[in-house]
Amino acid sequence: MSRPAPILTLVGLGGLGCPALLSIAEASARLRLPLTIRLVDPDVVEASNLARQFLFSDRYLGAPKVLAARAAITRLVPSAPLTLEPQEARFDASTADALLAGAALFLDGTDDVATRFFANDTACARRLPLVHGAAVEWTGQVLTIVPGQSACLRCLFEAPPKRVVTCAEAGVVSPLTGLVGAAMASEALALLQGTRSEAQGSLLRWEGLDGKSRKLPLRRDPGCPACARC
Amino acid sequence: MAITVKIPAPLRPLAQNQSEVALEAANTVGAAVDELGKRFPGLKDRLLDDKGGLRRYVNLFRNDEDVRASGGLTTALKDGDRLAIVPAIAGGSR
Repeated sequence: MSRPAPILTLVGLGGLGCPALLSIAEASARLRLPLTIRLVDPDVVEASNLARQFLFSDRYLGAPKVLAARAAITRLVPSAPLTLEPQEARFDASTADALLAGAALFLDGTDDVATRFFANDTACARRLPLVHGAAVEWTGQVLTIVPGQSACLRCLFEAPPKRVVTCAEAGVVSPLTGLVGAAMASEALALLQGTRSEAQGSLLRWEGLDGKSRKLPLRRDPGCPACARC
Repeated sequence: MAITVKIPAPLRPLAQNQSEVALEAANTVGAAVDELGKRFPGLKDRLLDDKGGLRRYVNLFRNDEDVRASGGLTTALKDGDRLAIVPAIAGGSR
């Protein structure tokens, strides 16, 4: 009897989620790697999304992103052994249990800082590996968190600010979201294959204006409220 | 003595759009932040809270080492050191 395909929960099908999903789907096809990917996003496709959310086109305007993404992946990578589970929902305290049920891996590509810290705390509490990606304006970052083994977001930043500038307000450079999303996929695939990834224990950070990237090693905070007890 | 401070894109409008700033005579991380504040009004407030501590959503790395693990604002700097400001960012879904 074959083992069930690992479940990935991908939250956020925007500038990061689209390239991450496509990259994972392509790898799944090439490696013959069966996966179940739970697609989570409450929004519909809008015209302003199209420049960087390249799974979507005019034909999907007004459609839920999770359904449009499933349709696009099915069309673009038909040979991938994927089961795609669209969940038209917001990731929050009322939905987290259901959206992460049975998941082996969690990818966060959401657009607000409070959700990102909530995702971090939830992943740590469940000891669930989390690939965190973020991008705004010209700056992007990826951090892979393996609770109990590597630093989490709260080891780096103790608490979220009341608010930060989001892509919806400040914009983001399309090539940067493609780069960060693809890096998130690479991290996910490394974890699925049991290898140590580049961003586990290090913050990968890109400054698109300078054409430079940095790898900042992180230490676990022994007093971290999220991961110290993992 | 000179050190280099790397300014991330979100904070560059407060630093005359410079990506790097050279500072003289800053022998601790705290002194470097003070010097930045003198040269670029508004930048220090983005780094430090009302009590003068590093804000909880900003971090500083000296030569790629998290200063929270090496003394925070009292971390010593030496000639040629690089100090990187790393603020929390969100963004990605929209």
